Amino acid sequence: MAIRYLLGNEGIAHACLEANIDFASGYPGTPSSEVIDVLRVQKERPFTVEWSTNEKVAFENALAAAWCGVRALCTMKHVGLNVAADPLMTSAYTGVTGGFVILTADDPFAHSSQNEQDTRRYAHFSRLPCLDPASVQEAHDMMRDAFALSEEFGLPVIFRPTTRICHSKGDVDLGEIGTEHRAAEFRRDPKQYVVIPAHTRVLHKKLNEKQPDLKRRLVELGYNRHTVRGRTAVVASGVSAAYVREVLGDDVSLAIVGAYPIDEEWLRDFVDRHEKILVVEELDPVVEEVVRQVATKTEVFGKIDGTVPYEGEFTPAIVAAALEKAGITSTTTFPAAAPVPGVPPRPPILCAGCMHRPTFYAMRKVFRDGIFPSDIGCYTLGLQLGAVDTTICMGASITVGSGIARSGEERPVVSTIGDSTFLHTGIPGLLNAVYNGADMVVVILDNRITAMTGHQPNPNTGMTATGEESTPISLDAICRSCGVSWVETVDPYDLPVLLDTLRRAKERKGVRVVIAKQPCVITARRSGIKRKPYTVDPGRCTGCGACRSFGCPAIAFVDKNATITELCAGCGVCADICPSGAIIMEGRR
Amino acid sequence: MKTSFDVLIVGIGGQGTVLASNVLGEACIIENRTVRSAETHGMAQRGGSVESHIRIDGKHGSLIVPGTADLLVAFDLLEALRYRHYLPAGGRLVVNRNLVVPTSVYQQGIDVPDEESILAALADLDVTCIDAAALAEEAGSILSQNIVMLGAASGDIPLRPATLEEAVRRCVPPKTVEVNTAAFRLGREKGAGTP
Repeated sequence: MAIRYLLGNEGIAHACLEANIDFASGYPGTPSSEVIDVLRVQKERPFTVEWSTNEKVAFENALAAAWCGVRALCTMKHVGLNVAADPLMTSAYTGVTGGFVILTADDPFAHSSQNEQDTRRYAHFSRLPCLDPASVQEAHDMMRDAFALSEEFGLPVIFRPTTRICHSKGDVDLGEIGTEHRAAEFRRDPKQYVVIPAHTRVLHKKLNEKQPDLKRRLVELGYNRHTVRGRTAVVASGVSAAYVREVLGDDVSLAIVGAYPIDEEWLRDFVDRHEKILVVEELDPVVEEVVRQVATKTEVFGKIDGTVPYEGEFTPAIVAAALEKAGITSTTTFPAAAPVPGVPPRPPILCAGCMHRPTFYAMRKVFRDGIFPSDIGCYTLGLQLGAVDTTICMGASITVGSGIARSGEERPVVSTIGDSTFLHTGIPGLLNAVYNGADMVVVILDNRITAMTGHQPNPNTGMTATGEESTPISLDAICRSCGVSWVETVDPYDLPVLLDTLRRAKERKGVRVVIAKQPCVITARRSGIKRKPYTVDPGRCTGCGACRSFGCPAIAFVDKNATITELCAGCGVCADICPSGAIIMEGRR
Repeated sequence: MKTSFDVLIVGIGGQGTVLASNVLGEACIIENRTVRSAETHGMAQRGGSVESHIRIDGKHGSLIVPGTADLLVAFDLLEALRYRHYLPAGGRLVVNRNLVVPTSVYQQGIDVPDEESILAALADLDVTCIDAAALAEEAGSILSQNIVMLGAASGDIPLRPATLEEAVRRCVPPKTVEVNTAAFRLGREKGAGTP
């Protein structure tokens, strides 16, 4: 149809349209979020699309759609698949009738994640096919064809791009958007869809019987391919294959693994023709383990012998270094280039006017000896303000908090969790804390949006993924129905009231919930809310530094004296912090 | 062996590095050339240091290796210093005369180099320093600094000026086409590659 300059995730979304997708669900997570974000804003939308409350919910919704014979996609980041692992494992047994693709985006180097787990392990674990594109174009092409592959084998297909596919751009050759949509019909078949022991034992056998044909088919489809050019070889997978191609000598053979499970016979045939093989893949040695398993006399280099790093993401320079270590020809040697030492770091920071900043500031003031478990979201950046002591996974702020509170630790516990994360997996933890009598404060940071991943709506926003008004929900009512008797909602821009609310919470026992409610400063600005910026009266500023600890990026210092920059969003909290009354609204001098 | 022209655009989240890189990508499409690029998304965006890699005529991966960039465009002096190792010795740098001090510097009392000492530390490169804020104001909006910088660097980029202007028109919000076109031209006049 046309060649366009597209983000990997945009190319993937377009491929879904070309494949006549009927149903899409997901939970936002970098680097996967833009796929649903593109689908949900299509003008022509002959398919269902939703942001779900968590990945397990998204998975089961899409699985059910595929059970009705339509083509379904669900999207998440790698750690989201942990949440959806329960239905994943058994969906391999039940299979599907309509094509079902599970997009799980991995994040080597943990650019925006809490770990570097490898989704290919889940594919092996569940015995589901997994596609692993090496470029933006291949990501598009593989996604377009993945639904048909799913239907051919009656199995969900895992589609696993990595950050440098999702968030790379390139010239992408697109096809026409499809117009042939399917009519959904649930066909009752308890032997397939009711996994009682008698049924599941049969289904397990069927799943295992599909494997040999599946392996051969992935070679036939050209996902796993090789070129023999000499007595040494490289086997590469995913985006690493692009880096290998950039630096590999033309007398070296190359095998590219773009899909799993790997056909051992195909791989053995390639390996046997070489004296020496280097395996290049990010994250786990998934391909390398199979290469070592099939190799008889070939010398194998990879992660297991220390030639290739286990952690982080690769670059052409890392690949060239591995080639050199293995004694394989590389066309390029890269210069040793190190960053200038001593450049002050510039980490990401909560925005000027972010509602989380006064909340963290007030928590630190009121709970000086407090322990602060937190969660996954922009507010993890509260680490810089000394108000984040733990973060492990979605929803864990409340459970870690109640665990600390009930462990015998006597200092007060104040957990922070965003509204989207609370609805994702926070509620069971709150219910558990109340049920088991934990003594803790939970602060729900309610900015009414899933901000960090790009401002996706959630049930608390009042709007669906496609912009329709949704049934209003009440965080206060949810907390009360979990059994919390003390719930207070407060505007975090009103510092005196916020401090007072936290002090009153401190005096009580049991589970206390404070809902700090104020729209995300970015969405507020986009929706036209304007607040007057603040300024410093230089005559009154004593240079005491009280506002320094607030950590707002709109406050700069010339020598010791504060100034307010054009970044000011007008939240006005610093004016309440300043003991000299030197910070005033502009024009109010 | 490298066949691509590799541009690294660096700055602070919110300064419009991604839009600037989009203009280069779109220009490649207009000229029927291949392109690969990589961006910073997610948590790394929030006011932090950001980088966009653009490989004009790129055919493989999107990442530029340190020491091999053909051009570094920096929207902030400190970011120029942070990423200068992407250039080879004597490499080409177009930098905005702008220094935003990271907030963590104030909180942690870290020493931050001033404009003069940063420029001294960059002096061994082929540097053009641009007052993008003044030119953006002249063009009609302070927000067009990213396009000013792109214009200033355009003389060093192997894409036709007319193509780049067309790409600017395609990439910026419709209401801002006039301002951004002016910003591109003002930047280009100030850049070194213009006679």
